[in-house]
Amino acid sequence: MRTPYAFALAAAVLAALAAAPLFLPDYWTGVLLGMTGYVALATAWALFSGPTRYVSLATVAFFGVGAYTVAVLNEALPYPLVLLCAGAIGAVMALVVGLSTLRLAGVYFVIFTFGLAELVRQTVSWWEVNVTYTMGRYVFLPFEGRHIYWQLLALAAVTLLISWGIGRSRIGLALRAIGDDETVAAHAGIDVTRIKLLLFVISATLITLVGAIQAPRWTYIEPSIVFNPTVSFMTLIMALLGGAMRLWGPLVGAIPLFLLFEWLSVSFPDHFSIMLGLLFILIVFVMPNGVLARIETLRKGGRA
Amino acid sequence: MLEHVVNGLVLGGTYALVAMGLTIQYGIARIMNLSFGDTIIAACFATYLLFSALQIGPILALLILVPAGYGLSLLVYRVIMKPLVDRAPDEGALEVDSILVTFGLLFVIQGVLLTIFGGGYTSYSFMNTAVDVLGTAVAANRLLALGLSLVIGAALVIVLFRTRWGMVLRDVALAPDSAPLFGIDTDRAARRAFAIGGALAATGGVVLSMFQTFTATGGVVFTMKALIVVILGGKGSVPGAIVAGLLLGLVETFVAAYVDPGLTLAAVYTVFLALLLVRPNGIFGKA
Repeated sequence: MRTPYAFALAAAVLAALAAAPLFLPDYWTGVLLGMTGYVALATAWALFSGPTRYVSLATVAFFGVGAYTVAVLNEALPYPLVLLCAGAIGAVMALVVGLSTLRLAGVYFVIFTFGLAELVRQTVSWWEVNVTYTMGRYVFLPFEGRHIYWQLLALAAVTLLISWGIGRSRIGLALRAIGDDETVAAHAGIDVTRIKLLLFVISATLITLVGAIQAPRWTYIEPSIVFNPTVSFMTLIMALLGGAMRLWGPLVGAIPLFLLFEWLSVSFPDHFSIMLGLLFILIVFVMPNGVLARIETLRKGGRA
Repeated sequence: MLEHVVNGLVLGGTYALVAMGLTIQYGIARIMNLSFGDTIIAACFATYLLFSALQIGPILALLILVPAGYGLSLLVYRVIMKPLVDRAPDEGALEVDSILVTFGLLFVIQGVLLTIFGGGYTSYSFMNTAVDVLGTAVAANRLLALGLSLVIGAALVIVLFRTRWGMVLRDVALAPDSAPLFGIDTDRAARRAFAIGGALAATGGVVLSMFQTFTATGGVVFTMKALIVVILGGKGSVPGAIVAGLLLGLVETFVAAYVDPGLTLAAVYTVFLALLLVRPNGIFGKA
């Protein structure tokens, strides 16, 4: 499809989605909200981890920091400033993590991100208990489900736009070169560490914002709620199912999986994480490059 | 003071033991196992079950659970890891695949433990009597744990560095591509290494459960600490894992005693970061 048509179509779909809460009952607005949140998370995750193949396991560390920032600041500052603060904190945190690990081999990054959420959770808990003497905070913002949904929808659209823009830019080209072979990329004159760092910061900031925007949904927030490792896991599995290397991959993975998880968590609340784990292992085995790549291979195979 | 040194060494000895398992899995089988900590926790719960339901003490449990850890890991390798190893075009691809698959496995093991035992803190009382060591009182179970870690760790080092079998394993770690030229079955070595790692995780679980409380969701922290010990010591280095493990145990105990118990993980991370900046290849790693 030619680009102008694709944009017109995307804009039409976006408008239809934005109008949806006016016609849908509250429950379905809630489902759409959660789904949009995960589309944004998975796309933002794939922005960095897809092309570089640096698996980040720290999604919920940033997500939780975003939500927690809103919980702490929501009464002190006007809402737009709170979001700005959340984004800035996420960016600085990503910068620190990136600067210390991204110049090394990929495995250091994975290990570091693996424990990051737990580290942040424990540190925040410690801080709240010993310094501020509060455990658990309330978010009082005059938002209904649909307001949060519209914000998330806008963020998801922006995330997709950024992903599209990067894919067409020199940075995108450099990223793909890094993913293929880091040594070759470095020899071709690409500042490997800087590109990786830049992308990681962008991706992490977007993830932080998703957490910040979703914070009013909880009303009551404490570290164990917002730093739930299942969020990292679900983001990863969605991006992988759709295909982390493609623009639409994370979205294609997020929509069916979100509905499936919604159903699973209601029908099998006790066995949720077992099923999640098994499903994940299955995806790694059957479709290591995602559904979209799989369909492409099948179509090519059919033609040949 | 001395009490903290002893406690730190006990904890560090256990970390060193389990980190040896992880470093063998990663160094020889080339599998980055993120479900390692959950294997440890599973062994903790198994020990608890044997002790409280069947009155089988932890020492005897070791005789049951270590072979079980070996066998189950062998099975996991055959069923889950082997197809990935065969499929991977290069080492980097295998690393990513193994990270993803063991991340899934982590949730499966955790889910099974949560379903059976629930999410609460569990512990049992075994040899919980004070023993006098150089003027300070130390729980007997901690001393036993330290002794077991040392004996088992030393046995493993001797096997790795003094037997032909160990030499084969070290060959594969050093030069996986040239090892087959000398008639070494790398596939078998990888399988064994992964299983030994599982057996060590089981050992660590039994030892830990004697003196620490544990929860079904605590595996992540153990994996994290074992990984940090592996990196600190230098990837694939067994002596490095021992030194780094003891160091980490001491740091953690002292931070808990003199600063705040809530900051132990933060302290561990700080040590990790500081070392990454100074010696990215670990204490015993080669550049």
